[in-house]
Amino acid sequence: MSRMVFFAPKGPADRLSTLFWQRPKLLLVLLLAMPLFWLVVVYIGSLAALLIQSFYSIDEFSGLIVEEFTLKTYLELLRPSNFDIILRTVSMAAAVTFASAIIGFPIAYFAARYAKGRWKAAFYLGVMLPLWSSYLVKVYAWKLILAKEGIITWAAEGIGAGKLLNAVLALPVIGGNSLSTSYIGTFLVFVYVWMPFMILPMQASLERVPGSLIEASADLGASAGQTFRTVILPLAMPGIIAGSIFTFSLTLGDYIIPQIVGSSRLFIGQAVYTLQGTAGNVPLAAAFAVVPILIMLAYLAAARKMGAFDAL
Amino acid sequence: MRSDARSPVGLKLAAFGGLLFLHLPILLIFLYAFTTEERTYQFPPPGLTLKWFAVTWSREDVWPPLYLSLRVAAISTALALVLGTLVAAAMARAKFFGRDTITLLVILPIALPGIITGMSLRSAFAIADIPFSTFTIVLGHATFCIVIVYNNAVARFRRMSGSVIEASMDLGANGFQTFRYVVLPNLGSALLAGGMLAFALSFDEVIVTTFTAGQQSTLPIWMLNELVRPRQRPVTNVVAMVVFLTTFLPILAAYYLTRGGEETAGGGK
Repeated sequence: MSRMVFFAPKGPADRLSTLFWQRPKLLLVLLLAMPLFWLVVVYIGSLAALLIQSFYSIDEFSGLIVEEFTLKTYLELLRPSNFDIILRTVSMAAAVTFASAIIGFPIAYFAARYAKGRWKAAFYLGVMLPLWSSYLVKVYAWKLILAKEGIITWAAEGIGAGKLLNAVLALPVIGGNSLSTSYIGTFLVFVYVWMPFMILPMQASLERVPGSLIEASADLGASAGQTFRTVILPLAMPGIIAGSIFTFSLTLGDYIIPQIVGSSRLFIGQAVYTLQGTAGNVPLAAAFAVVPILIMLAYLAAARKMGAFDAL
Repeated sequence: MRSDARSPVGLKLAAFGGLLFLHLPILLIFLYAFTTEERTYQFPPPGLTLKWFAVTWSREDVWPPLYLSLRVAAISTALALVLGTLVAAAMARAKFFGRDTITLLVILPIALPGIITGMSLRSAFAIADIPFSTFTIVLGHATFCIVIVYNNAVARFRRMSGSVIEASMDLGANGFQTFRYVVLPNLGSALLAGGMLAFALSFDEVIVTTFTAGQQSTLPIWMLNELVRPRQRPVTNVVAMVVFLTTFLPILAAYYLTRGGEETAGGGK
């Protein structure tokens, strides 16, 4: 048996392999065909359907959807009651993003700079597990914590801070009957649920700050605080911005948290959900859903300019 | 960044305080599953009991949502495994025109808030007159699970050296044999990790599901209904604990399957 015979195509699988070897483009197309078909038809198709719906309107008398192009539905977003919802959601998203950065930064900084070996792994797991664990259970846990008869009230009374808690709840706008029916509660749960998304990119960018730069800064006489402000923080900024993309976008689109913990005032997500469901106004729901897309597109464009994408 | 020997006390406190903030709330769920208090979320629990596990077990309305959730998660994970691996294989092979667009396309379903994915699918079903079914739920879940499998697979493809594949070809294996005996064993643990994360994500998903389920109820939807209109709070506590463990264990397993590599699972959700 000569070598040539050994390597000669034997069956259809061999012939197909040879074909792919000769024409790599063909294999590429075959590999991508199914997933791309799925993503384009199911996902992009649906996004297109959303856009189309948002340009339809609803007949005020019959309640039926009028399938004609109109901007009427978008104009309705500008009505004070609807516009308030948008403003409320955006301010909440900004507050949550800010708080996540403040609370998350020490964790990311410690994990990147001081934790070693086992501790490093522990910190990674310590951030990753809450990030992945059940969203609904996390929200539920906070319902238990913030309830009037729950652990916070108990702890506040235990250390004699019951009056303080009541004073906080008596504040206008952000206060309420109990923590679980106030903006403070909604805010706390948002920060809790989305903060891990901020920590991971922050830590990644902090890990990349070269140690030599920090040493150089110290050699040139900068204090620890100056080094932090003028060397570490600017270099970590892309990571912070990358993280803020997640916290901002996730808060914009959430409707479960404000529904379970919060006052009865609506957020964008809740508006979308009730409009498409009980109210049956799919066009307005679709128009509301386009708002976070537009806000995020603007946000992403700004983030890109600041170099945040290199940190993703 | 170089590790320094000592950290400031304030930083240490803030870091560990932050970690406690991330973990204590979840532990509370475990305590509440044993409480004897039925009507409120009273803390501390007046007493502890095991009876709610038996009550939950015999509640008939808990089981169909659980089965539906398991079925949806299994089908979505299977679909995502196939589609995600295919994209990853193509992306690892070559640079080609439109590569970045495809990356964006894969990431988009998870990058945009769930409400947009959900509302988009809902609009599409409305326009195409598709009735709600298990299939419509799977359609949504598989779409955002693709990226999870893709992330894990593409990282492993990148690490796998091309010389192994060339060696296999030189020794006379055809493309399919190479895939079966060389590529797949190398890819195995990454796919397992990706599959488990996808399963956990799908099993727990509620936002997209509320738009694509119609009248059907998955376990998270059942839980959401109980949260909005509580019937028997301790039963919800027990279910919450079960849901937590069902998602927690695969995530932990995925971490141990891929740790040590650069592409430790869970970096990008």
